[in-house]
Amino acid sequence: MPALALPFTLIGRTTLAILATIGQVTLFALSTLSHLLRPPFYFREFLSALMNIGWYSLPVVGLTAFFTGGALALQIYSGGARFNAEAVVPSIVAIGMVRELGPVLGGLMVAARVASSIAAEIGTMKVTEQIDALVTLSTHPMKYLTVPRVLAATLAVPVLVAIGDIIGIMGGFVIGTGRLGFNESVYLQNTVDFLEPWDIGSGLVKGAVFGFIVATMGCYYGMSSGRGAQGVGRATKSAVVAASVLILAANYILTEAFFSA
Amino acid sequence: MITLRDVHKSFGPKAVLRGVDLTLPKGQSMVIIGGSGTGKSVLLKCILGLIKPDSGMIEVSGAAAQDRDAFLAQFGMLFQGGALFDSLPVWQNVAFRLLRGSLKRPKEEARAIALEKLRRVGLSAEVADLFPAELSGGMQKRVGLARAIAAEPDIIFFDEPTTGLDPIMSGVINDLIREIVVEMGATAMTITHDMRSVRAIADQVAMLHDGKIRWCGPIAEMDHSDDAYLSQFITGSAIGPIESVR
Repeated sequence: MPALALPFTLIGRTTLAILATIGQVTLFALSTLSHLLRPPFYFREFLSALMNIGWYSLPVVGLTAFFTGGALALQIYSGGARFNAEAVVPSIVAIGMVRELGPVLGGLMVAARVASSIAAEIGTMKVTEQIDALVTLSTHPMKYLTVPRVLAATLAVPVLVAIGDIIGIMGGFVIGTGRLGFNESVYLQNTVDFLEPWDIGSGLVKGAVFGFIVATMGCYYGMSSGRGAQGVGRATKSAVVAASVLILAANYILTEAFFSA
Repeated sequence: MITLRDVHKSFGPKAVLRGVDLTLPKGQSMVIIGGSGTGKSVLLKCILGLIKPDSGMIEVSGAAAQDRDAFLAQFGMLFQGGALFDSLPVWQNVAFRLLRGSLKRPKEEARAIALEKLRRVGLSAEVADLFPAELSGGMQKRVGLARAIAAEPDIIFFDEPTTGLDPIMSGVINDLIREIVVEMGATAMTITHDMRSVRAIADQVAMLHDGKIRWCGPIAEMDHSDDAYLSQFITGSAIGPIESVR
């Protein structure tokens, strides 16, 4: 092959690999949805996944939201001071948290914690033949492993986002009243007055989509993990990277769909 | 009865199975031997439906393996590494099939069956609530064996049942397999390169070499065969028609 053709070959090969992965992930997601609608449904596995994904992610999502809310209050106060708009801190913190930062940061933190954990767990199950064992025990791996996790994440992440929103707003409140001199009742009143139901609802819808993305990526890369420790490590890394990028891309698309004039 | 006719399977350019013909009569214990990488595990997975053959026919009890659930419902399998589910305690591993699906029983009954099967493989009730990671390799194999027989299957597959075990534990597992197969009247297929296992478990022996069944016959005839490949394999000689460096 002539040396000049090499870059084009690489571009072509990479493009084909990306398209193949997109196709496989799409088929995997569709297969998950189709299994979700057909019995049997493994309720215990769903509850276990709900605990792992929802309950145990609460501390990391809560802490992230609190510090983000506080930092946001400081930034808006500092920026707003340039044109005498310090008073907008409560409303902008609230809107910023519930529309964008709550869902996106919550989704990214869950992606880091949950997509990696799901991919590593399922990947290890694959390399130790536990997934083959499931099949020989007349249990469909998609129904037993994927459906409970995807459903649990799709339901749990919006709840995490809602809790993160409240904690984030409280972070802004603590900094706003403690450091920036806002009156407590005025701060809360401004927060409530400027928030609209769809601000909150749009963030929760985003949370559900991000939860679906996180668990689907974790399961997909776990199920397609290569052999050995290196294969599982690669699957884990790919799951987190893919989930994070897809969350940011989906966030833009949803924001465009919900709020473009 | 399990019948394979002209089964082929390739992975990319590498042809692993090149026309396997094999018949395992009902109630018999067949051991498939062959060097590493000769396709023994692939053959087993083709029969189970875990890998789809490129061509050929696989029948179980005279019916093609089309209805996967009905097909698998008759199977029990002991995996090479045990393949126990880390997240479940031992008794739930053993009773996995009895806690869900078409064979579902009440929890107490499933636990009682699991304890009985654990006892059958020489494990006490104290093991039942431990997790697989807390067990030694030999105990994990026994739990895997208990899981394989929990639903009283008609057909049991054993994938390298003694790999990684010391000679004494290997002997114990071999004896258990033989006893269980005879006691249950099950049809058994084992893949191994451990000749001690072959002599302990087999009624019939089949040697897989170069993607085909090289030799097949009763265990009593194995040592008297004039097949040079089989002779080299059972004596473990480096000299012979099988290349020792692959």
